[in-house]
Amino acid sequence: MSEIHNENMGAGRINTKHYVIGFALAVILTLVSFGIVLTNVAPKYVAAIGLFAAAILQMLVHLHYFLHLDKSSEQRWNVLAIAFTALILFVFIGGSLWIIYTLNARMM
Amino acid sequence: MNTDTTAYTFEAERASQMEIKTFGFWIYLMSDLVLFSVLFATFAVLMNNYAGGPGPRQLFDLPYLLGETMFLLVSSFTFGLSIVAMQHKKTKMVLAGLIVSFLLGLGFVVMEIHEFYGMVMAGHGPEESAFLSSFFALVGTHGTHVGFGLIWMLVMMIQVVIRGLSDGVRSRLMRLSLFWHFLDIVWVGVFTVVYLLGMV
Repeated sequence: MSEIHNENMGAGRINTKHYVIGFALAVILTLVSFGIVLTNVAPKYVAAIGLFAAAILQMLVHLHYFLHLDKSSEQRWNVLAIAFTALILFVFIGGSLWIIYTLNARMM
Repeated sequence: MNTDTTAYTFEAERASQMEIKTFGFWIYLMSDLVLFSVLFATFAVLMNNYAGGPGPRQLFDLPYLLGETMFLLVSSFTFGLSIVAMQHKKTKMVLAGLIVSFLLGLGFVVMEIHEFYGMVMAGHGPEESAFLSSFFALVGTHGTHVGFGLIWMLVMMIQVVIRGLSDGVRSRLMRLSLFWHFLDIVWVGVFTVVYLLGMV
């Protein structure tokens, strides 16, 4: 029992199937992103929303299938740390864009 | 009975040490993520300032970018297979996985250097516009991370050959896998925001 615990080092399910599923999903989402740009049929803002949706989905796929984040208790602190970092990212990126583009509009 | 208990305590202690190290490395990755977020914010603010220079449509080639992306994604996948082999203590499989991941990662870095070289030689270096400055800062920082990941991978290959899959080597391989997958996540952000968004 302790050996299984030791082997996983806090990372939940590590098996080939898990990686294959994650890889397949990541390839599909990458092709969706490139397809949106290559086909160029959607209006610009729809395409942008599609790109962001595919990117966020792919990041979640990577986090779950490659970095093994899930709801288990041994992952709790890792999830908490990344949730807090996501908040910081939102403030940094969202805040910068908000301030600078508002300023830009007011200077016009 | 007594020795059993001692052995169990020792095992548990060792496991918790590894968990603490992995968590510490995870915290480092989060701080690295904050660093990337600042570069992303800078790029997002400056991405439309071409200063008369070329924009994403003139500079970037989609099939080339897809090739780069696939190199890094497949490398991440083969590294995962290497970690699976590590759980089953198959030393040769671990080594094979590391070599394949290394070569694919190297392919990514070589393609990126080739892209940068072509841009600078064509006169579209970081000094041409704010867009290009922030582009080189963000993509270059990511590329440098991948380069250091390759050096780390090379060191781990040597360690696997010399020491086999000892506790220390396994624990380090685990942390390198976090680093490698993490860089692939950042790349998803890079190819979406930097390359594709400018080309729609």
